[in-house]
Amino acid sequence: MGWAEPLKKSLSALPAPAFWLGTWQVCAFLVDRRVDGRGNELLLPYPISVWNALVALVGTEEFWRTVLASLGRIALGLGTGIVLGALLASLTCASPWADRILSPAIRVVRAAPVASFILLILLWTGRDAVPAAISALMVVPVVWDSLSRGIQAVDEKLLELARCYRFSWRKTVVLIYLPSLRPHILSALTTAGGLAWKSGVAAEVLCLPEPSLGQQIYYTKYYLDIPELFAWTAVTVALSLVLERLLRACLARWGRGWRT
Amino acid sequence: MILCRELSLSFGDRAVLDRSSLRIPERGVTALSGPSGCGKTTLLRVLAGLERPQNGSVEGISPQKTALLFQEDRLLPWRTAGQHLTDVLPKERWGEVPALLALVELEGEEGTWPAALSGGMGRRLALARCLALDAKLYLLDEPFAGVDLPRALRILERLRALPVPILLVSHEPAVLAAADTVIELDGPPLACI
Repeated sequence: MGWAEPLKKSLSALPAPAFWLGTWQVCAFLVDRRVDGRGNELLLPYPISVWNALVALVGTEEFWRTVLASLGRIALGLGTGIVLGALLASLTCASPWADRILSPAIRVVRAAPVASFILLILLWTGRDAVPAAISALMVVPVVWDSLSRGIQAVDEKLLELARCYRFSWRKTVVLIYLPSLRPHILSALTTAGGLAWKSGVAAEVLCLPEPSLGQQIYYTKYYLDIPELFAWTAVTVALSLVLERLLRACLARWGRGWRT
Repeated sequence: MILCRELSLSFGDRAVLDRSSLRIPERGVTALSGPSGCGKTTLLRVLAGLERPQNGSVEGISPQKTALLFQEDRLLPWRTAGQHLTDVLPKERWGEVPALLALVELEGEEGTWPAALSGGMGRRLALARCLALDAKLYLLDEPFAGVDLPRALRILERLRALPVPILLVSHEPAVLAAADTVIELDGPPLACI
């Protein structure tokens, strides 16, 4: 009986990927029919070509060095952005003056084109620091926005209880703010994780730090190696999903009992 | 003797306390009773320091020496029954948790989450948490709402034995009958008693 449930879960997860793989296969076939010669090679490769490119990449030492280097940069940017966003949210919620001064700046960062920041930071610092800095910069407004809303939505009655029962500020944060903010933290981390990968890899493509996923993606464009472009993109998506799953798993452990 | 002298408090145009005066004995249970909106809860909140009266004074107790049981349970869904008590008790008094739970007839429920408690059990847990606070006056706003009457009377008997005065609000005639002193309020606003 122990294997029945996971098997059922795996089978129920199959139709969506199978549908999209099938659609991809049909589209690649149509491209192959319409554009004679190098259609699949240059426009839309077959899934099997991408799989072969991926298998060839995974077997090399360079692949793992590249993946680890990008993962390190983007995780650093994500972590910095989360800490900074949380600090700014606390500050802007605690002080109306801080809110008046900082909120417009954070909104500008959120609205400004990421390419402008990439070029500016490239000029100010150097290519190696750009992906982490850009990831952090893109994550800060998301975390700030979500946590600010969460802090403002904390139950006033529980805060009154904390004051009346003479909780220290530390106890108020640990016992009331953090558990109340749990859904907002979860939502912020999920969005921020995806954004950190997108912006970080985009920065790598423009700045070409060595080694990096972005640099590899850039070279595939340079050599028109489209199956490899798909393979590196799949690796980026997979890493983003794994990181998101890890963050979600950590948060699921927090509050396991009371949410049942 | 705790004395409320000429307390006045309005919310906008509505006067909730109008030169209200009140004496609370130093021991035993004093019950406040009266129709809704006559200022009973507001009076408890003034004594707890959560509302500031526009006029008048409270003598014989400071808000820091009171413990208020709110009209709502205000339990934390993410803390177990036992944790609700250890959250307000100093570490050296954590051993008192079973006795406090027994006082409100929640023996053995230390590990229970609030979501698994019935309405009456949640009320009793909120009461135990309030009693865990170190206070010179307990202010209990409808402590037995949702609690069955025989159990409420048993708990009230235990409260009467405490060395700290209790001022409670109740609409239940049997609870009022069991209190040491009853203050009946006619209607809004709460006037000189």
